[in-house]
Amino acid sequence: MSNAVSALNSERHEGFVTVSEAGLVGMITIRSDQASKPLVKALKDLGLSLPPKRGITEAGGLVLAWMSPDELLLICPHDQAPAHTGALEAALAKTHALVVNVSDARALMHVRGARADEVMMKLSPADIQQLPAGEMRRTRFAQVPAAFWRSGREEISVICFRSVAAYVMGLLEVSARPGSELF
Amino acid sequence: MLSLTCPCCGITAEETEFHPGGEAHLKRFGPGSSDDDFEGYLFGRKNPKGVHFERWRHSHGCGKWFLVARCTATLEVFASYSAQTTTPPVDVIKAIKAKRPDWEGYA
Repeated sequence: MSNAVSALNSERHEGFVTVSEAGLVGMITIRSDQASKPLVKALKDLGLSLPPKRGITEAGGLVLAWMSPDELLLICPHDQAPAHTGALEAALAKTHALVVNVSDARALMHVRGARADEVMMKLSPADIQQLPAGEMRRTRFAQVPAAFWRSGREEISVICFRSVAAYVMGLLEVSARPGSELF
Repeated sequence: MLSLTCPCCGITAEETEFHPGGEAHLKRFGPGSSDDDFEGYLFGRKNPKGVHFERWRHSHGCGKWFLVARCTATLEVFASYSAQTTTPPVDVIKAIKAKRPDWEGYA
């Protein structure tokens, strides 16, 4: 099998915050009725509970995010993604549901530093200051769709499509240049 | 700037996060309908100054369609509600009447 390579090969920039691509990450899109019993059970088997509206639940290196009323995103280590996809597909085989391994169609970036919020504020119309921890915020980054959440203390993680990864990295790098702090 | 609340994911955001989809509650006239009905369905729009019902899609967010009642003159939003409605719900009409007592009503 060919070697999997992430969109930007862990590109990294130091500004007033550190912007870096996360490298290979597994992402699985689950489209289903979120209340469906087979789904809830399959997630329980992974140790995950169903996230509330716009919420995120985490367990053992897995992150499960609410993306829309009928969509969930499971973030896992890249090499585990095919196995999780297979298991979920099998569990949901008899329901009207879709499970797709989208790992190689997406890119994940980290913005780390005390002023990470300010980088987001420059790029997105979302109300960043009001964004609580544990909420997945799908919004717009300049001209492209993106989603981000507070993944740690002073860390924000950004998901975008792989095809626009270089564009998003460019946005983040320029917005994080020293001297361009907002406050 | 227009600020909308998506009833599907509960996010309140400004209009660039959404995409407009034209007038809401249109009745479709397809194959078999008269030419006049079909023309009206394609081109006939209310285009009012004042209370208006519109379709919007949360295109950069949850991706769902929903409906919005708003004022075209002031950009005041009265309510946003499910796209799975064929006429404005009673509570939406009530909310509009409370703010625009002289509104002629939805017809």
